Amino acid sequence: MATDLRTDLVDTLAARARAVRAATVRMAHDGKTPHVGSALSAVDVLVALYFHAMRVDPTHGGAPDDDQFVLSKGHGCMSYYATLAERGYFPASLLASYAQNGGALPEHPTPGRIPGVRVATGSLGHGLAIAAGMAHARQLDDRPGRVFTLLSDGECNEGTIWEAAMFAAGRRLDGLVAIVDYNKLQAMGRSEEVTALAPLADKWRAFGWGTREIDGHDLGAVVAALDALPFEPGRPSAIVAHTVKGKGVSFMEDDLEWHYRPPNDADLARALAELGVA
Amino acid sequence: MRNAFIRALTAAAATDERIVFLTGDLGFKLFDDFAARYPGRFMNVGVAEATMAGVAAGLALEGKKPFIYSIVPFATLRCYEQIRNDVCYHEADVTVVGVGGGYSYGPNGPTHHGLEDIAVMRALPNMTIVCPGDPAETEAAVHALARHRGPAYLRLGRAGEPAVHPGPVTLSIGQSLELRAGGDVVLLATGNMLATAVRVGDLLAARGLACRVLSMPTVKPLDVVTVDGALASGAVVATLEEHSLIGGFGSAVAERVAESGRAVRFRRFAAPDQFSHTCGDQEFHRAATGLDAPAIADALVALARDGVR
Repeated sequence: MATDLRTDLVDTLAARARAVRAATVRMAHDGKTPHVGSALSAVDVLVALYFHAMRVDPTHGGAPDDDQFVLSKGHGCMSYYATLAERGYFPASLLASYAQNGGALPEHPTPGRIPGVRVATGSLGHGLAIAAGMAHARQLDDRPGRVFTLLSDGECNEGTIWEAAMFAAGRRLDGLVAIVDYNKLQAMGRSEEVTALAPLADKWRAFGWGTREIDGHDLGAVVAALDALPFEPGRPSAIVAHTVKGKGVSFMEDDLEWHYRPPNDADLARALAELGVA
Repeated sequence: MRNAFIRALTAAAATDERIVFLTGDLGFKLFDDFAARYPGRFMNVGVAEATMAGVAAGLALEGKKPFIYSIVPFATLRCYEQIRNDVCYHEADVTVVGVGGGYSYGPNGPTHHGLEDIAVMRALPNMTIVCPGDPAETEAAVHALARHRGPAYLRLGRAGEPAVHPGPVTLSIGQSLELRAGGDVVLLATGNMLATAVRVGDLLAARGLACRVLSMPTVKPLDVVTVDGALASGAVVATLEEHSLIGGFGSAVAERVAESGRAVRFRRFAAPDQFSHTCGDQEFHRAATGLDAPAIADALVALARDGVR
């Protein structure tokens, strides 16, 4: 891609990312929910997927041969919902029902009811196996469409991630892409202090995956990685995206407080001002 | 039962190309014919039951109809949350197949005993539970499940169970099958205790009690019409299963009894709420836990004649 075209693309994606971040903070504020930090660290990857890499038809919730996405880190779903709304799967007005009694958008995705959301998650360690099954079905029938799944670094504590990683490599599922939102914080502390997670990219390589490490907030780098898929023929691809929890709102960045605390009115106003959204 | 299962699944797969079979590294040589006939539709996922259940849900979301296979505790307990979230919550068209119900793998010890599976599977929304009683019921159950849409659990014995039905049977999910008629006692049996149930019926007949023996392969949804009919008949009603007393088929019927408003002489025959610490085969464990025909017949005679529980 020519440099100026990529610059235009990155600028466009950056504007989308600001809108998604603003919607995300607003949802956490209105819904009085935790996990805003986890949602914000994933925004740039989500926007690059839905506005650049994934071939999708947002009308009627998607087409059968669309690229698929599984949010394995289900607790980060605010930015996922906001991205789907921004992409046109459903009206942005629906975001107001997030975490409301009787609303359509629970704090973890529910299956088959929200346009664009096919897979329910919330318990960590499930999404990779489901995504692998979806990719495997397409491989068996020689159908188009890749399957992307977004994991958290804390989620990589779950043994099922590594079971599914071995399965996918064994089945040569090169239509499967796992992206780790490596924001370095899990529920009770630094992920590196909780378990020996590093070297994370080497772990994926050792499990037979074509693997790249990127800055998950450098949209040019995210796009370049997504454009290079699959990284190795006959292997599933892993992207270890180094991110910052709470990215984009200065006072939420790299602070575990925002795994729990919902933004109050003042927090919301300050965040929206920083994001340039009044 | 295992061979009847494989035979029926191989036949069903010929007419339904969506059927795929996944095993958790169990069934050496048993599935060679299936694998040869249907390339790509047999997968050994490895010793990874949770991943097998998750992968199956993903396959089902993309239009496949997976049957996933392991020994009962590994097929159900090891991957219970995947069955709950990935299969049942998504209403995914996945059939979990557990081989070795009850004490089928007796000498292998309690790690391999399948005594809690029905209880936990019953608690799952959208789940259908089928426990065939002999090879003919197994074959019919597989064909019924091949037609079924949605999450299901098929609980098998192992191999070499006696044929109880004289020939092939047809079965729809939720349907009960009568093996003996009688009005003094109604014995409701599920799964691999069916042959024992028929022997109990014959022992009671020899002692002057007419025993109706019903096979109830579907534990969920329970055939409440048949159960309610038994409760209304005035007969002694009993359940028989090779599963824990807690939460299984007997519990399902007991819930119906409790809410029926009837004073029914009722008894559950099931495995006690304990781990065995003695090695033994299936017959050993059945005898040790009162699940053999003479012991059951004695208890039912006492209940029918004297109201002794």
